[in-house]
Amino acid sequence: MNPPPMSFTTSPSVSWKSVDAVSDQFPAGLRVLVVDDDPTCLRILEKMLRNCLYEVTKCSRAEVALKLLRDNKDGFDVVISDVHMPDMDGFKLLEHIGLEMDLPVIMMSADDSKSVVMKGVTHGACDYLIKPVRMEALKNIWQHVVRKTKHEWKEKDLEHSGSVEDGERNQRPNEDVDYSSSANEGNWKSSKRRKDEDDEAEERDDTSTMKKPRVVWSSELHQQFVTAVNQLGIDKAVPKKILELMNVPGLTRENVASHLQKYRLYLRRLSGQHQNGLGNSFMGPTDASFGSISPLNGLDLQALAASGQISPHSLATIQVAPLNRPTTTKSPISVPSLDQRNIFSFENPKIRFLEGQQQHNNSSNNNQVNLLHGIPTNMDSKQLTTLHQSPQPYSNMNMHVHTQGIPSAVLARNGIENVRGPTSVVDFSRGQPGNSSFSLVGNSGISSLASKGTIQEGFNMETKGSRGFVPNYDVFSELNQNRSDDWGLHNVGSTLNPNVQGGLDVGPSVLVQPGFSSFKQKSALGNNTNIGQQLNSSLNDNSLRIKAERLPNMGFHQNGLFNDHFGQEDLMSALLKQQQEGLGSVETEFGFDGYNLDNLPV
Amino acid sequence: MQRQLANMKQSLFDQLEELQDDANPNFVEEVVTLYYRDSARLVQNIDKALEKNPVDFVKLDSYMHQFKGSSSSIGAKKVKIECTQFREYCRVGNGEGCKKTFQQVKREYATLRKKLEAYFQFARQVGPVEKACRRK
Repeated sequence: MNPPPMSFTTSPSVSWKSVDAVSDQFPAGLRVLVVDDDPTCLRILEKMLRNCLYEVTKCSRAEVALKLLRDNKDGFDVVISDVHMPDMDGFKLLEHIGLEMDLPVIMMSADDSKSVVMKGVTHGACDYLIKPVRMEALKNIWQHVVRKTKHEWKEKDLEHSGSVEDGERNQRPNEDVDYSSSANEGNWKSSKRRKDEDDEAEERDDTSTMKKPRVVWSSELHQQFVTAVNQLGIDKAVPKKILELMNVPGLTRENVASHLQKYRLYLRRLSGQHQNGLGNSFMGPTDASFGSISPLNGLDLQALAASGQISPHSLATIQVAPLNRPTTTKSPISVPSLDQRNIFSFENPKIRFLEGQQQHNNSSNNNQVNLLHGIPTNMDSKQLTTLHQSPQPYSNMNMHVHTQGIPSAVLARNGIENVRGPTSVVDFSRGQPGNSSFSLVGNSGISSLASKGTIQEGFNMETKGSRGFVPNYDVFSELNQNRSDDWGLHNVGSTLNPNVQGGLDVGPSVLVQPGFSSFKQKSALGNNTNIGQQLNSSLNDNSLRIKAERLPNMGFHQNGLFNDHFGQEDLMSALLKQQQEGLGSVETEFGFDGYNLDNLPV
Repeated sequence: MQRQLANMKQSLFDQLEELQDDANPNFVEEVVTLYYRDSARLVQNIDKALEKNPVDFVKLDSYMHQFKGSSSSIGAKKVKIECTQFREYCRVGNGEGCKKTFQQVKREYATLRKKLEAYFQFARQVGPVEKACRRK
């Protein structure tokens, strides 16, 4: 109801950033940096922007622009950059800005090919204008600044109070409706619980020391960071080691961790050029909704997940929401938004998670089991047989899946790997060595085998129905590459970032091949077993729990996807029921060992 | 003549003229001058690149991209169309096609220049009257 008060004052730089108190002149005075090597365009843009009453700084070289930006932190509200520039590619500039100052960047080019536009989006551009740029487009660019700012509040709000989330929801009535309507079954008990958690969370906030000053990642600092990462090898680079190597006083592990997270996303985006291909396959019909949905769904999800006071069930119910909606196709789309937009906003939540989720300590394992349990059962209709083949490993897997949040990333990744078909078997095992846990785990052999088998079966089944399958192929390989990175991270166990990041990952990959979600889940299950066990053995309690928290999220999402793509209503309803069942039980009780057994044979 | 001018403006400048105001009374001319100064360099570069053997299509494409960008910015639609064609030839590595299209590009580019010169001359003559008429 009440807009969160504190964050407004903490919001830096410009006064009108508090949108609630927007002045009449609002967009006037917006500080825009325009970067274009073409003097003609630059001049026209400058004039147009001035006519919009913006404060314009023009710059014909990307290097200079970067320097300007670095020297004037908080000196600009938005950057408009050309894509093709001789001294520095516009995308590169975009990366730098994304990594270093987190400003909204609008890309523009005469090149209107889908692949380039897609590249802009995947690299984090908030908009893409096609030349000749028109006044109308420029009149609206302030919206990106507002969006970004709002987003930042959310981050801060989350830090400050547990009730903010309600405020946020109220600002988004549409989403709210979805939640409540879909959550009514599973959520009835959680409200009370959540309240308790809120209180706890608030208490913790008061005493916590998490409000650290934001570290400014100057180019030098970033360079040090990159050097450290390279020295360690991207797979083995964990925040703690990086921190040691960098040896910068005042820098905390969390700082490094969050930067590492961004950096990984950045790398992924770099290597994710193929995502263009992927774009073609998945963006088609849902194109339009992509942009608009993301801030809503994505943010809310994030807010909920991040705030930590939300119990897994409520999260899950939120996830269920899309299932209930007739326009289910949209739900997957909100996931990538997490990836692209919220990249930078997870630092705090992470920390929160550490502290906030302690109460789930004992329960988390069991707790999550149910939630994901739905998944194998969901798949039954398609892959019943395969499931039956390996009921035992599955139950294992589930356990592990739940115990950690990683699955999201892993789910997708491995799923993809396996989807590749016969070779998947090879990949699968090959992929593991990087993951130390693999060899350690007693069960893993079995489970991975099991999942291999199932995957292949599933694969065949799916190929028929899935559209956009072929174009997705390149994406797979890309994702595979990344996957190894993530493994490295996950092995750390103690770092939260990887989890969060993992969670974020799910979206894109899932989206990439919607039709495959089922394998994903399966193969993931297999893989996760390993991780889970590893985690168990190392049992850094905090991380474990946190992971567990995140998981339901993704798991459910995948269910949602699954549904979407199969579009079978009965399946869907079954799914829902199961999920809600699971939810309900989670709430009341955490010990659910028996539950798997009931569910599995379905 | 007025009508001709109006047509010309519409086809040439699109939005550009709207930007011309009291703060920048000669905005269009300023931009067009900028365009011709900058694009002359590009045309030269492209000419050179086309003579090279083998042709560096990547380079050529990047030049042409720039050229196309600024051409489209000032609303030079016909030039832009030729540029697009040129880039298409670059993409498939058709050197002959590039050369042929580039002649076309230059032709359009020259035609535009003539038109623009006529326009500016006329605008100068008409002066305030023309301005009033522009506002409609």
